[in-house]
Amino acid sequence: MNFKGRMATALSVSILGLTAPIAADAQNVLRWTSQGDALTLDPMSQNEGPTNAMNGTIYESLVSRNPSLELVPELAESWEPGPDGWTFKLREGVKFHDGADFTAEDVVFSFERAMAESSDFKEQAKNVASVEVIDDHTVKLVTDGPNPILANQLTSIMMVDKGWAEANDIVTPQNYAADEETYAVRNANGTGPFMVESRAPEELTVLVANPDWWGKDEFPGNLDRIEYRPISNAATRVAALLSGEVDFVLDPPLQDLERLRAADGLKVETVAQIRSIFFGMDQGIDTLRSSNLEENPFKDQKVREAFNLAIDREAIKRVAMEGLSFPTAMITPPGVMGNTPELDEPYGYDVERAKSLMEEAGYADGFSVQLDCPNDRYINDEAICQAAVSMLARIGVDVQLDAIPKAQHFPKIQNRTSDFYMLGWGVPTLDSHYVFSYLLAKDGSWNATGYDNERVNEITQLITTETDLEKRAALIDEAWQIVREEMPYLPLHHQVIAWAMSEDFDIPIAADDALRPRYVVKK
Amino acid sequence: MLLFILKRLAQSFLVMAVVSAISFSLFNFVGDPVNNMVGQDATREQRVEIREKLGLNDPILTQYARFVGNALQGDFGLSYRIRRPVDDLIMERLPATIELVFVSAIIALVFGIGLGVYTGIKRNSWISRAVLSISLVGVSLPTFIIGISLIYLFAVILRWLPSSGRGGTVDLGWWTTSLLTVDGWRSILLPAITLSLFQMTLILRLVRAEMLEVMRTDYIKFARARGLSDRSIHFVHALRNTLVPVITVIGLNIGALIAFSVITETVFQWPGTGLMFIQAVNFVDVPIMAAYLVFVALLFVFINLIVDILYFVVDPRIRLGG
Repeated sequence: MNFKGRMATALSVSILGLTAPIAADAQNVLRWTSQGDALTLDPMSQNEGPTNAMNGTIYESLVSRNPSLELVPELAESWEPGPDGWTFKLREGVKFHDGADFTAEDVVFSFERAMAESSDFKEQAKNVASVEVIDDHTVKLVTDGPNPILANQLTSIMMVDKGWAEANDIVTPQNYAADEETYAVRNANGTGPFMVESRAPEELTVLVANPDWWGKDEFPGNLDRIEYRPISNAATRVAALLSGEVDFVLDPPLQDLERLRAADGLKVETVAQIRSIFFGMDQGIDTLRSSNLEENPFKDQKVREAFNLAIDREAIKRVAMEGLSFPTAMITPPGVMGNTPELDEPYGYDVERAKSLMEEAGYADGFSVQLDCPNDRYINDEAICQAAVSMLARIGVDVQLDAIPKAQHFPKIQNRTSDFYMLGWGVPTLDSHYVFSYLLAKDGSWNATGYDNERVNEITQLITTETDLEKRAALIDEAWQIVREEMPYLPLHHQVIAWAMSEDFDIPIAADDALRPRYVVKK
Repeated sequence: MLLFILKRLAQSFLVMAVVSAISFSLFNFVGDPVNNMVGQDATREQRVEIREKLGLNDPILTQYARFVGNALQGDFGLSYRIRRPVDDLIMERLPATIELVFVSAIIALVFGIGLGVYTGIKRNSWISRAVLSISLVGVSLPTFIIGISLIYLFAVILRWLPSSGRGGTVDLGWWTTSLLTVDGWRSILLPAITLSLFQMTLILRLVRAEMLEVMRTDYIKFARARGLSDRSIHFVHALRNTLVPVITVIGLNIGALIAFSVITETVFQWPGTGLMFIQAVNFVDVPIMAAYLVFVALLFVFINLIVDILYFVVDPRIRLGG
């Protein structure tokens, strides 16, 4: 075909393409936006919120969570814990989008793929030592010893078709150092309710309903088509919703919520997020790096308590968070096993008491320290830190604020080079073990506080194998009591998320900030 | 002329080498990409291992040498963020940016020169005064504010134009264009106006000042005395002599248009290279940042070369002197 001919074909194709949306008007279409696109369609290559949410619409896991974050069966119909592993009964008659059957073989393959060197889900997958096939629709996930919360740890491990992966040379997820794009980055073949119709990364991703999906009659959702276009600028996102170009914004800025509530035909939903914001204080090191003192005042529990009492969390909520936060004394939010109202009760705000504690500790004149803070990671993170600086000044502590992009902030925590830092923590397993093992255990990879309590370390180990759930809950509670007492962290609040949407839709908000299209109803 | 171009080319290579070296050394201060590449679950050992694999622990000079070596072979590596080849990504995004810059350059030129000539000749009419006052807005307001204001006016309140994105694209196989459909024009209009405003004002004021100057010269008076038509005096004799400084400024500013397009593209979610660059910076996506900066440097060098050649064409004195 000559050039003119090619152009004519391209034009006619595109004109056909232009007419398609008109036909789609008759269907239930959800057009939505948020800040960032999924990074890849490979379900094991990037463990990142938006990516997991997108892939969770196309692919499915054995066990999943509904919008209230309760465990629900997905590709497994039922499961049975045992001393050396859990047995899962797989759903029968499930097909991948390309028509292949979903069987026990695919489960084995998917776990192997998730455990691969290049997988970003190794940490979750390593809870499973191996997968035994019992029959075509029964598998046993073998564990090293008893694991009481295995089901919680499986919700982000998606099932991939073995045959499809082998045919397309994507048996393992893409390697970091690879020099070629793999097939799975832009192509997907799951068992989920939606299939990829087209994908232009960072521009537009169109998903269409899977007509053969097993759950069609079991879920309330009635969408035929989802059009997702990321918009990185917050004001533009809000404008797109106000102008009716999109039906749903996942992450409207807090300061615009009132305006969106007031707009005709729009509504805003809020829920406490599974993410807590807190400051860490390095009490392990002998001399603080950024202080005028020769010693480390954070080693003294009185100083940590004074810091906790000097922070007016209600004021932060009012001034920095537009009223949308839950002040707390815990570094993990309600919804996570281990959080109780008693433990979550904030320490209270008492500057006089804080001052006398500082005096008792021998720091009546205060000291100086640097606060490391991200400025592009959590809701109004920099504003929170600024507020904290002036509050700590009241007890004589001279805090220098260093608010920098997350790409520079997190390495400071990773490399243990910060004295005093802001961190937020979400809990995908909804179990305290996730918090203990990363933030409180001595060797936790995000524990930059140097906190090392023998009993807490021990409990972190014990609850991995304690199958008596009552005993386990008591252990978790004991550890949290110790933490509340010793205050290795300075908890601020649990974040609140807000979703803004057209009144034509029922979109159940979820505390993990993930859209679950199978529950979305167009009225 | 050929010698002149060759000399310029040699200088350009030097500029490119320096620019890329400096920008590359700056990447060290942007942050650690690995933290963005793995989930929070990843252990410290895994992070160290990935740094090692990507060669991020090597001295910056080694990294730079590796980058240049690969780049000379046309290999810019794989984006850390979306794991796709960087040259593919840039080629995919380039049409959007070029069309945006092209349309806004046309707007800036047509309105800038047109209004510049008008305000230069009819200095005291109220239209000239109004144009000049309004044009102050163009220079004094940041692109970001202008963009958001236009979105609120035309997309939210009037609902005439889409607020963001690049609608109605047509894929010609080697180029995706939004200039062939009504939808495409609707979506390019706001970002193009936003982007052009600053340049338009600049050109307008420059042309006006030059016109005022030229209109006072003897040869214009003489032309008038010869009884030439106003039209011929204004557009043939006067405008032509204002063009040398204008071309210089326009040439440099087409580069600036591409640079400013970073902000405009972010506000309008225009899927061009500028938006890609911002996203890369947030993620510390070194391969994309490096390739983009080399690309921009190349562009500036190329534009300057064209400008130099245009001098030859427009101003005979340079031809004689060279």
